[in-house]
Amino acid sequence: MDEARIARRGLSPRLWLAGGWLVLALLAAIFAPLIAPQDPLAQDLMLERLPPFWLDGAEPGYWLGTDSLGRDLLSRLIFGGRIAFIVAFAAATSACVLGSALGLIAGYFGGWADRIISRIVDVWMAFPPVLFAILLVAVLGTGLSSVILAIAIIDWTRFCRVIRAEAMSQARMDYVESARIAGYGRIGIMLREVLPNVLPSVVALLSLEMGIAVIVEAILSFVNLSISTDDPTWGSIIAEGRLSIHQAWWVLVFPLITLILTVLSFSQFGEALKARFDPVLR
Amino acid sequence: MLLQRFLVRLLTMLVTLFGVAIVVFVVIRVAPGDPIAMMLPPGASDDDIARLRALYGLDKSIVQQFFIWLGGVLHGDFGTSISLRQDVLGLVFDRLPATLELATVALLMAIALGTTAAILGARSRGTPIEAGIDVVSGATLSIPDFLWGLVLILLFGVLVPVFDISGRVSPELDLPFVTQFYLVESVLRLRFDLTWDLLKHMLMPAVALALPLAAIIAQLLKQSLKEVLDLDYVVLARVKGFSETQVILREALKNAALPTLTLVGVQFTFLIGGTVIVERLFSYEGLGNMAIDAVINRDLPLIQGIVLVFALLFVLINLTVDMMYALLNPRLRHG
Repeated sequence: MDEARIARRGLSPRLWLAGGWLVLALLAAIFAPLIAPQDPLAQDLMLERLPPFWLDGAEPGYWLGTDSLGRDLLSRLIFGGRIAFIVAFAAATSACVLGSALGLIAGYFGGWADRIISRIVDVWMAFPPVLFAILLVAVLGTGLSSVILAIAIIDWTRFCRVIRAEAMSQARMDYVESARIAGYGRIGIMLREVLPNVLPSVVALLSLEMGIAVIVEAILSFVNLSISTDDPTWGSIIAEGRLSIHQAWWVLVFPLITLILTVLSFSQFGEALKARFDPVLR
Repeated sequence: MLLQRFLVRLLTMLVTLFGVAIVVFVVIRVAPGDPIAMMLPPGASDDDIARLRALYGLDKSIVQQFFIWLGGVLHGDFGTSISLRQDVLGLVFDRLPATLELATVALLMAIALGTTAAILGARSRGTPIEAGIDVVSGATLSIPDFLWGLVLILLFGVLVPVFDISGRVSPELDLPFVTQFYLVESVLRLRFDLTWDLLKHMLMPAVALALPLAAIIAQLLKQSLKEVLDLDYVVLARVKGFSETQVILREALKNAALPTLTLVGVQFTFLIGGTVIVERLFSYEGLGNMAIDAVINRDLPLIQGIVLVFALLFVLINLTVDMMYALLNPRLRHG
């Protein structure tokens, strides 16, 4: 692939759209109290199930309508973004650190370390992930930290499998042998030579994992097992929307669009990074 | 060679299952919250609590409990569900067929959809059609089954209400079934009215499960087809006057399918894992839906049973795929 195509890949409109959406959603989440038009928790039965602004019966100030308790949907989505992004960053990073470390050790050292870690990965892969997540949160108790911990405990294998394979092929390369002859210790080589070379894959996977974490959080709050407070989350809004689907479709449609855009954006980023760093594609 | 490979895999599988059993057991035992206290009305005496504890074996040490439970499992005794007060194995077997039927229908859909898209893409390689298939499959792949389920509910349950969005079968129908394999049995009994009703309920959850897998099949199979299509024997078939579609169907497909097969096996386990939330979404009475209720009710024996059955299913699928790969791959067959 020549320079021009790489440049074009980097500047593709899809990537700009994905980045634009994520920045917008992140900023909205950070500045939620300043931006949200209403209090996301304020209930008003006089305002229940107001339609979005372009339909008859809409109230000014309630742009996307209200749910069956009269809470403003747009404000709830904006505040729900806070939980979504906290979970995305914290859970994905934890899974990444744990999985990459074990993958690096298994792939670079091989032998018994590899055998034990690979066996654990096998066991983990025999669990249905969603059921595992629900089980862990039920055991750990609902709450933000339980959700983050559960996702990290389940999804570290995604990093471990890929990084193990990469570290394995890196470990066979000449530069590792040269470093050894130059007198570096094994752990030194692993951290100083092998790690930087597997880092691009780690970063690409991290972006994909953030999208997955957002979905898992939504699923957990959909079955009412995420954070236990009244704080709105995208999943809890969806659960509410699923129940009132015949009376107020917008309560399901808007959080769904929000989730789909967020997940697509994270995966676009991940794919783009993968293509960027992949020496074969490059 | 093949037998040796099979035995090694079988042994690995048993080790994996043992690992799963330990993990589930440990995870569940560290759970705060007393399931016994939840079963009894408030004001039950300490005596009653102690008696129930002994009945469910909860008064022994964790290691003892594990081996008592494992011994039971090996004899087909998975214990008694705390919330439903029935034999766990019976409950699991009652629900498993519904999940298996759903997963199988979804798998067949994914293969049909994915293969069609792959052939279409390989046929029109280098054209906007191929680019279109790439974009669509890329996006389809990124959106998980949970979101597809919601999209389908909105489109075909609310906007154009053509399909049922909850349950497995219309409740007003009189069911003559003796097994839980409703779909299979309705066909065998020639009760196509029931088959239709079952399919109408199953279609949307199945499509939600099938779409991401279909996209993966489309991408991978198209890639392998394109590689095979440049080989000499395919060029020869083309020179003989076969049309491009005939060349793909008669010559290229069977040689390009092997890498896809391995992947479909792994992905099928992900699909089955996805039934847990998709069944919940569509109130489909399968194993996954029951699993979520079991977790919410802190029904330890039932959760253990369900997770073990899922794990058994997963390792069996992987074993089957591995053996099929070995049988179909000439290098391994004669190696």
